[in-house]
Amino acid sequence: MKRLLAMEIFYYYDGSFDGFLSCVFDSYAHKEIPAGFFSGEDGICTLFDSRTVSTDPDHAVRVLRKVAALSPEAAVLLRRGFLTCLPEKELYLFRLTAKLLREGPGFLHNRSDETLFPVIRAVQHLNGEVHLLKGFVRFSDLGGVLGGEIEPKNRVLPVLGGHFAARFHNERFFLYDRTHKEALFHVPGRSVIRPLADFRMAPPDEVEARYRLLWKRFYDTIAIKERENPRLRMNNMPKRYWGTMTEFQGEDWFKPRSSPGAASIPGAPDGRSAPGTLPPPGPSAPGSGP
Amino acid sequence: MDVLEKLTILTDAAKYDAACTSSGGTRTAKKGYLGNTSTSTAGCCHTFSADGRCVTLLKVLLTNRCVYDCKYCVNRRSNETKRAAFTPEELADLTIQFYRRNYIEGLFLSSGVFRSPDYTTELMIRALSLLRERYRFNGYIHAKAIPGTSPELVERLGFLADRLSVNIELPSEAGLNSLAPDKTKRAILAPMRQIQTRNRQSREELVKYRHAPRFAPAGQSTQLIVGATRDTDFHILRLTQGLYDRYSLKRVFYSAYVPVVEHALLPAKDVKPPLLREHRLYQADWLLRFYGFRAEELLDENNQDFDTRVDPKCSWALAHLDFFPVEVNTAAYETLLRIPGVGVTSARRILSARRVGPLHIDNLKKLGVVMKRAQYFLTASGKMAEGLRFTPDSLLRGLIAAERPLLPQQEAVQLSLFDQTESA
Ligand code: SF4
Repeated sequence: MKRLLAMEIFYYYDGSFDGFLSCVFDSYAHKEIPAGFFSGEDGICTLFDSRTVSTDPDHAVRVLRKVAALSPEAAVLLRRGFLTCLPEKELYLFRLTAKLLREGPGFLHNRSDETLFPVIRAVQHLNGEVHLLKGFVRFSDLGGVLGGEIEPKNRVLPVLGGHFAARFHNERFFLYDRTHKEALFHVPGRSVIRPLADFRMAPPDEVEARYRLLWKRFYDTIAIKERENPRLRMNNMPKRYWGTMTEFQGEDWFKPRSSPGAASIPGAPDGRSAPGTLPPPGPSAPGSGP
Repeated sequence: MDVLEKLTILTDAAKYDAACTSSGGTRTAKKGYLGNTSTSTAGCCHTFSADGRCVTLLKVLLTNRCVYDCKYCVNRRSNETKRAAFTPEELADLTIQFYRRNYIEGLFLSSGVFRSPDYTTELMIRALSLLRERYRFNGYIHAKAIPGTSPELVERLGFLADRLSVNIELPSEAGLNSLAPDKTKRAILAPMRQIQTRNRQSREELVKYRHAPRFAPAGQSTQLIVGATRDTDFHILRLTQGLYDRYSLKRVFYSAYVPVVEHALLPAKDVKPPLLREHRLYQADWLLRFYGFRAEELLDENNQDFDTRVDPKCSWALAHLDFFPVEVNTAAYETLLRIPGVGVTSARRILSARRVGPLHIDNLKKLGVVMKRAQYFLTASGKMAEGLRFTPDSLLRGLIAAERPLLPQQEAVQLSLFDQTESA
């Protein structure tokens, strides 16, 4: 591709990965370097020139193929980088792509490269969060369906989902991401991720409450008093993960609901409380979930 | 007795065993089975207990009844304590239900010696067969092989478990004789040798037949108690090295002795567990396994215990100042690994990055080098870190200060106790 001309122009796109790749495509087509990317509700700023890029799957595939041909690792970095919570991630990923197309993949071997480093660091943060959550996710058995919630900084579900889909592939489960308001639904052989505006877990039945209690007891007993070390625990398991972990919940979490079906769950998307029903998908998610 | 109470008793009795990793697992997800062990080589912590230790597995005893009388152990027959035993069914159910909820990565099953080693092992085999066959459990299982168990039963156990371990516990025969009169060195080493041999054979068979049954595919480990006997660090580290060399162990775990019982031959009950010493042994163990160090380089007859003030690698570097500084642009991988503050990952990154162009001091931090320690020992393109001036004395102080915030709290407290005794 030819040289790009620097210009103060901002790109608006739909916030999807394909949308971002389409932006890269358009920037080359128009020979311009976007100064920033906006998506979704970040209202349009009229002070600067802007271009609205519509997502084109064909353009997206062409860009990604080109990147992967130069370096398969770079393609992975783009995909993962796009899931990170790095502020202005699009700009960093755009610069990385532009440098790759301009210079070839040599610089990717040097981690301390100034274009590469911020992206690698953000992806490592994501990978680290995924790694911790593989352990810290807690499921509840809601009458045969497993359900769990997480509160991650990065959009970990696409990566984490694969792990649990393999491990529990015969189970039906869902995992709700409170931060990004989306949920992964899995039935044997199929997983989908769908937006979900609100979700509250139903209170446990007798059996579920019992296993929660057994786990809490195990957790409390396994610690060696003579070695107690709150700082070490906090370093290994930052407090922000505790909110969704069984062993750190208050008494109510371990109380079974009084009689099956009697309690209505405040905030449940449609008020249904029968165990075994998946929360219904959000309005924009036709056909998701089992 | 209900399961909650059994779980409490049998967890409490199992908690002094340090081994709790799932690394080396190789079971990929299978249709119709529950679970896998393909998480990652680093192992997967499902939580951290109040003592800051990683909890990976449901670590319990099958029973805390025991016919042996090891002096250091809460379960010894002469100790008055509440006894309990899981049925194989209860154990299998707990494992499956904990696993489905993602509380655990699998099961770590150990046991007191109930009636006899063979009788106990048969019960363990029943529980594990239930898990593998009825529940089609494909997750991680670590089982304890009890010294004195007949080889046929160890064989069956090995085909059900991912990892086996035989705990040596006391690092010397003298210790064994006085504190664990029912155990002999031979009874401990025999199953270790058997596991090593069967594991190797099974891997050879796997090369020929893809579906050959796998014997303890994640290998074996052991545990050494630190501080119950007078054995020195040098003695313990050489024993460790021998186990890695001659028994192909995957891991040796160290457990700082927590005085749980009053006995004339053991440290008094108010003696604190030697956590800093345990920490130094783990650091040295790491150097043996990944950094190409030998026990004799780190300690010798004249220096039998680790310097508590700095980690074993810094200690080595301080004793070999003529080896430094190392030039990062030309040094071999093995040489880079000798620099304090350079680890396996950062050494590899240096190799990769310097192929693109010469490295300068400013690049190194981004490659993961811990400059607070490394700066004294390296040059990049012929230059040391700017403005760095030091004497052997300030070097030592710098290294101590660099590690202090990284030490787990209690170890740091123990370290400052040493400071006081030294300055006094
Ligand atoms: S054999 Fe010894 S160490 Fe093991 S449970 Fe019995 S008394 Fe304790």
